[in-house]
Amino acid sequence: MAELTLPKNSRVGKGKTHKAPAGAKRVKAFQVYRWNPDDGGNPHTDTYEIDLDACGPMVLDALIKIKNEIDPTLTFRRSCREGICGSCSMNIDGTNTLACLKPIEEVKADVKINPLPHMPVVKDLVPDLTLAYAQYRSIEPWLQAETAPPPDVERRQSVEERAELDGMWECILCFCCTTSCPSYWWNGDRYLGPAVLLAAYRWIADSRDEATGKRLDALEDPFKLYRCHTIMNCTQTCPKGLNPAKAIGKIKELMVERQG
Amino acid sequence: MQDVREAFMQGRNSTGAMVQRPLSPHLQIYRPQISSTLSIFHRIAGIALSGGAVLLSLWLAAAAASPSAFAVAQSLADSILGMIVLFGFTLALFYHFCNGIRHLLWDAGYGYDLPTMHRTGYAVLICSVGLTVIFWFIGLVVG
Repeated sequence: MAELTLPKNSRVGKGKTHKAPAGAKRVKAFQVYRWNPDDGGNPHTDTYEIDLDACGPMVLDALIKIKNEIDPTLTFRRSCREGICGSCSMNIDGTNTLACLKPIEEVKADVKINPLPHMPVVKDLVPDLTLAYAQYRSIEPWLQAETAPPPDVERRQSVEERAELDGMWECILCFCCTTSCPSYWWNGDRYLGPAVLLAAYRWIADSRDEATGKRLDALEDPFKLYRCHTIMNCTQTCPKGLNPAKAIGKIKELMVERQG
Repeated sequence: MQDVREAFMQGRNSTGAMVQRPLSPHLQIYRPQISSTLSIFHRIAGIALSGGAVLLSLWLAAAAASPSAFAVAQSLADSILGMIVLFGFTLALFYHFCNGIRHLLWDAGYGYDLPTMHRTGYAVLICSVGLTVIFWFIGLVVG
């Protein structure tokens, strides 16, 4: 069910402000969501003023600078810093994206940084993705085939068959799309969400996979698939430029076709 | 939340004691976009149309009941408030109709790419306002 407001323990209060060093010319304020399980209080927003002349171009550069030079307690996930690992997904300036791919310049006002929306917070900008990963596991994201593979070569695809997977294999499971979806916010316990459904279609569309019927059976459910109401927030927000809404639409089409 | 997700709201602090985790902000911080805004408009329009259908049935029931009851219903519909409600009803109707066509196209597999989605979204807004204005022009001026 939709609960439009935050629970009492989740309401965000005001925090500290860390002023920019004296003499800084291009100052930008970063308002960052903070919550520490050891403090025993509500989350709050800390403001860090950064001298952009002494900082890299991306939001992740600013976060790393804050952690290194101002406040080592700031906690966030990051790894590759080039949009391929999917670790630094968070809500920046009101939309979900990867901090490493988001230029600070694109944000006109103060840079507001929150964890991925409507998720349990482990600490600061780190959400608990356990449920999302379990949902990913539930669609059995691996090749399934009864037919034995050829003895001395891999299972082959034509160029066209391989092209069917473009726009899906690139997904890095950052869950920006899933956590941008209001339907997932309200029904995330049973609705699989765009990232997982995109992954499901990636295997349905694979010419080498022979479990299409079983996969569609598993998705034929009022909640798992059909809580998608084509809101399109997923496609709007994907930092990799993929189109989960289209993949979900394709699954819905296949559902209709096989009844035909 | 009263479902399985409640389990993930339980965490531990560094001493190992259980703590209740906060839920990260969602509606409070997510930027309204053409995608989600038109979607919630569609729902609001749908709910408004349900209410409008009740009023429409009451109007018909009054017509069936007696000339005096119908006169009361007509005078309500002719009042300023009645006109505002009727205007909202037609706007909701045309919006729901136009965006419904957009949903039909999506369900048929067209219009998912972002530029098209944005174009059809603005087209729906313009068409629904345009149709409402034409409807009222015909109703008030021509008719």
